[in-house]
Amino acid sequence: MSETFEPVIIGFTCNWCSYRAADLAGTARMKYAPNVRLIRLMCSGRLDPTFVMKALASGADGVLITGCHPGECHYIEQNYKALRRYLLLRRVLKGMGIEPERVKLVWASAAEGMKLAQEINTFVEEIRALGPLGWNRKLAGNGHKVEEPALEVAA
Amino acid sequence: MSAESKSSKPKVGVYICHCGTNISHTVDVEQVREWAEKTLGAEGVVIARDYKFMCSSLGQELIEKDIKELGLERVVVAACSPHLHEMTFRGASKRSGLNPYLTELASIREQVSWVHTDKAVATEKAKAVVAGAVRRVIQNEPLEEIRVPIHPDTLVVGGGIAGIQAALEIANAGFKVYLVEREPSIGGHMAQFDKTFPTLDCAACILTPRMFEAGNHPNIELLTWSEVTHVAGYVGNFTVTIKKKPRYVNTDLCTGCGICVEKCPKKVVDDVYEAGLGYRKVVYTPFAQAVPKYPVIDAPNCTYFQKGTCKACEKFCPTNAIDFTQKEEYVTIQVGNIILATGYDLFDARRVSNYGYGRLANVFTSIEFERMSNAAGPTGGNIVLRDGKTQPKTVGIIHCVGSRDKNYNNYCSSICCMQSLKFAHLVRERTGATVYEFYIDMRTPMKAYDEFYQRVLEEGTLFVRGKVAQVTNAARNEREEGKLIIQVEDTLAGKQRRIPVDMVILSIGMEPRHDAKETSHLFGVGCSSDGWFIEKHPKLDPVSTMTEGVMIAGCATGPKDIPASVAQGAAAAARVLNKIMQKEVVLEPIKASINEAQCSGCRICNGLCPFNAILFHEDRMVSEINPALCQGCGTCVAACPAGAISGTGFSNEQILAQIDGLLMDVNLAV
Amino acid sequence: MSEKPKFAMYWSGSCGGCEIAVLNIGEKILEVDARFEVAFWPVAVDAKVKDVEALPDGDILLTLWNGSIRNEENEHMAHLLRRKSKLLVAFGSCATEGCIPGLANLAPLGEIFETVYHTISTDNPQGIHPQPVTQVPEGEITIPALKDRVYTLSQVVDVDYYMPGCPPESHQIAAVLDLVFQVLEGKAQLPPKGSVIGAGGSTVCDECPRARNVKTIKAFRRIQEVAPADPALCLLEQGIPCNGPATRSGCDARCPRAGAQCIGCYGPAEGVIDYGARLMTAFASVIDATEPEEIERILDGIPDPAGQFYRFNLADSLFKAGAPAFKHNGH
Repeated sequence: MSETFEPVIIGFTCNWCSYRAADLAGTARMKYAPNVRLIRLMCSGRLDPTFVMKALASGADGVLITGCHPGECHYIEQNYKALRRYLLLRRVLKGMGIEPERVKLVWASAAEGMKLAQEINTFVEEIRALGPLGWNRKLAGNGHKVEEPALEVAA
Repeated sequence: MSAESKSSKPKVGVYICHCGTNISHTVDVEQVREWAEKTLGAEGVVIARDYKFMCSSLGQELIEKDIKELGLERVVVAACSPHLHEMTFRGASKRSGLNPYLTELASIREQVSWVHTDKAVATEKAKAVVAGAVRRVIQNEPLEEIRVPIHPDTLVVGGGIAGIQAALEIANAGFKVYLVEREPSIGGHMAQFDKTFPTLDCAACILTPRMFEAGNHPNIELLTWSEVTHVAGYVGNFTVTIKKKPRYVNTDLCTGCGICVEKCPKKVVDDVYEAGLGYRKVVYTPFAQAVPKYPVIDAPNCTYFQKGTCKACEKFCPTNAIDFTQKEEYVTIQVGNIILATGYDLFDARRVSNYGYGRLANVFTSIEFERMSNAAGPTGGNIVLRDGKTQPKTVGIIHCVGSRDKNYNNYCSSICCMQSLKFAHLVRERTGATVYEFYIDMRTPMKAYDEFYQRVLEEGTLFVRGKVAQVTNAARNEREEGKLIIQVEDTLAGKQRRIPVDMVILSIGMEPRHDAKETSHLFGVGCSSDGWFIEKHPKLDPVSTMTEGVMIAGCATGPKDIPASVAQGAAAAARVLNKIMQKEVVLEPIKASINEAQCSGCRICNGLCPFNAILFHEDRMVSEINPALCQGCGTCVAACPAGAISGTGFSNEQILAQIDGLLMDVNLAV
Repeated sequence: MSEKPKFAMYWSGSCGGCEIAVLNIGEKILEVDARFEVAFWPVAVDAKVKDVEALPDGDILLTLWNGSIRNEENEHMAHLLRRKSKLLVAFGSCATEGCIPGLANLAPLGEIFETVYHTISTDNPQGIHPQPVTQVPEGEITIPALKDRVYTLSQVVDVDYYMPGCPPESHQIAAVLDLVFQVLEGKAQLPPKGSVIGAGGSTVCDECPRARNVKTIKAFRRIQEVAPADPALCLLEQGIPCNGPATRSGCDARCPRAGAQCIGCYGPAEGVIDYGARLMTAFASVIDATEPEEIERILDGIPDPAGQFYRFNLADSLFKAGAPAFKHNGH
């Protein structure tokens, strides 16, 4: 390839911890990879697997889910629900032949701007290594007839 | 399926801020503006502007003018974090007659211009962020703020100096306070101290007048020997259940004469107030100036409760105030606000086995030393070794025990340097002993602190910079026989030293209360992994929490000295008074609701709400959300398998649209 | 005109169960025959495709299409019947969401051919493999080529109404037919285009008689591991993964009433864009564990999550297929 593959990643943050960590990274001018586009939710517990699947099916190469550390959720314990959904979602992705590593859950408190920036950088490289998912291209490039799989016909 | 139930797309205005050059130095704002107008025109964008400072009055006027003249129905401001200016721009919309919740902020500063370096890439990302915001805002629904009344009573949990301060401030303003304290008396840790730095005020002398004032204030109801067991409700309207543990003393009859204590035949080690250095009776008041003055009976150690005999206290009580049949009692109160001032616990020095606490007799903790040096303490204020009579000739004070240490607690406990200096001063003053202080850094930042340090220096205390490796009684030579030897690397002298002393004092660090996590869950506040309560903003909002109506003050939020605790107690009280004076509080209208027709009554949502906002109606076999209790986390919205729960402010339509917008460039390429 | 309105029913990638469900309306089928002229219904009458082609566009009032779009012929017929029909109803799970045939979307086409024609249990001694074009002495025979993956009806043509179910319950079919008869008599209005008909507005739990409580799942088990299951208590609460909570109502919860877990044949509830995601989130949310190891252990009780959550709905889900289905496209 003449060009390096630049992943496009959708990141979900929670209003109280990880979004503030992202803000903190910004205020401290920490530099990190530009491949993640963030969405703010009130809580990681709002994370519906539909969102993750929508993002991946619409062309994202990976999804990063972030929230407060277990025990520190602003809404007490909702991040545990996010954790359970995430673990099940990964299994479903695997069953669909999609690398479960394309979705990652990271905990970051409001003070951990540096950590979030590092996790973003790490995840971008992990997705880069996996290559593009390009699901939207897969879906759009269809409808054409497919050659029958060539198989030897015994005489 | 398209969520556009409107026949035409709402008119959207997009405003790109330069933020001086904070955004424009990395993001080509003009390019984004032009792109928004042209490419997003198909989405409904009718005007796109860029301006140096959107948050300025001129910037806001641009928006207001466009809303009025162009009939804008949605506004997107691409600028800084919504945490800074969401209110500002919502206000601009509101002033122009547009529902404030039809305004969205797209962060292209903290999340783009400040964190990326490649201008072309940053500009493309900014476009994606704007596209996401535009598609999202089209799905926004107008929402109305929710106003709830504030109950004027307040609950203060914790009767230490911070809690007492907070209670007095509110009570003096004319409002009722419930002050709940789990020990038999208010006063907290400060009541255990001897002198306080840097003034060397006697702790009891400055504390007890406050305690007395709180105990006698007409607006303060003291609930000592009590604990909160349940909290329900929301800001302005909390219902709190308090368990009053049985004192076995009828407080209506007790005069506090103390005869019961005198006559009680059984002593136990007092490991709370006396830090294990002294004894107390089984029926006791923790200290002489206790408020309230009523004693309690320590049932697990009481001869009557254990064996059915004795009852000396009952026999001698002149007013028949002893009541062995007393049971725990639960009371329920209504309050509008809660202040948590639950204080701290101390680091367990036994964990640092190389310092020998608990094994070597003459190693003391700081709190033990406070009790020792206190004139009303178990040694009558005499500085003596464990044998109770020998004065030490040399004393070593070790800083940072269990603090600033990755093996135990990583943080600095803030007060130990000053406390250690105070000890050095007291030891020298009372015994003339040689005092060594073993420190890593000297932290004496506040008013008159450094001057105190200089005074102690001049008084002749010896300072060794180095983290003590061990305290041992294994003597290597005659000089060390019978002594405790402090082994330390003196980093300034550049060599190892073995310093024999008679007594070692360990300045142990502060820790969160051992049940801080449970407390934080009970009140619905955040608690860091260390265990300190989390403030809303570490710099600008140190006494609020993310939970409206619950404040925090004092050492419960982190180690601090008495002036800071007092200031926070007063600050939390000011916040509470602020709310009470406003008579009502405005809540964000981010709430979930259940479409009853679509709800199947599967009850999957029922167990998901930590705020108990979801009810199940057995008669109709459907669930329902109480909007007053709903905190808007959206967990139930995400969980409902029937799609029957929707959430305002962060609806499925809004988020899915935002995802579409963020990936617009990826899909244009297909 | 005294001419009766025309009715058609066509099957594509399907099993024939929908046809049987229609016939299972009993004597009401005579009313269908009385009210409609059956223009095209391969299982029941001998009309030919060219008869349909000869009709004016929009001439068939009501076409019930069951079956997924698996091959070129299916797609061709879908376009044809769309043109010739006033109302085209995607009838049954295959047409509305792909149903079981949709699970082919988890494998590459080559693998499907291999499994069907060349595995050990296939009696194909000559290793014959169907070709789209074959020369025979009489000339050239063509058979429809497979499309690259299974599609739902609405993914290839515009659909007026959706009737979910595998098959749609006969009482629901009867109810829809009654509605159509009422509309024909001018006594009722058709629902808005795009509506789901012959189904309820909630999910299976709404019709299920079992008792339900606040859910805390500590394990997922196969029904035979739990047997005898408590007949009066929610199956999910007994650890049996019942898809009822996410599955549209309308079937009267037949399977839970009979002691079996719902497998989800009525598809998603109103407004849901991905059926499997709703099940995933619901199951995961009520698992009673907070440590990842414990959660994983409990999730091991669902050994085939893609199958559990997308058994009927894969072709209509957000992903529409598994990654292997796209292998031959060069992607």
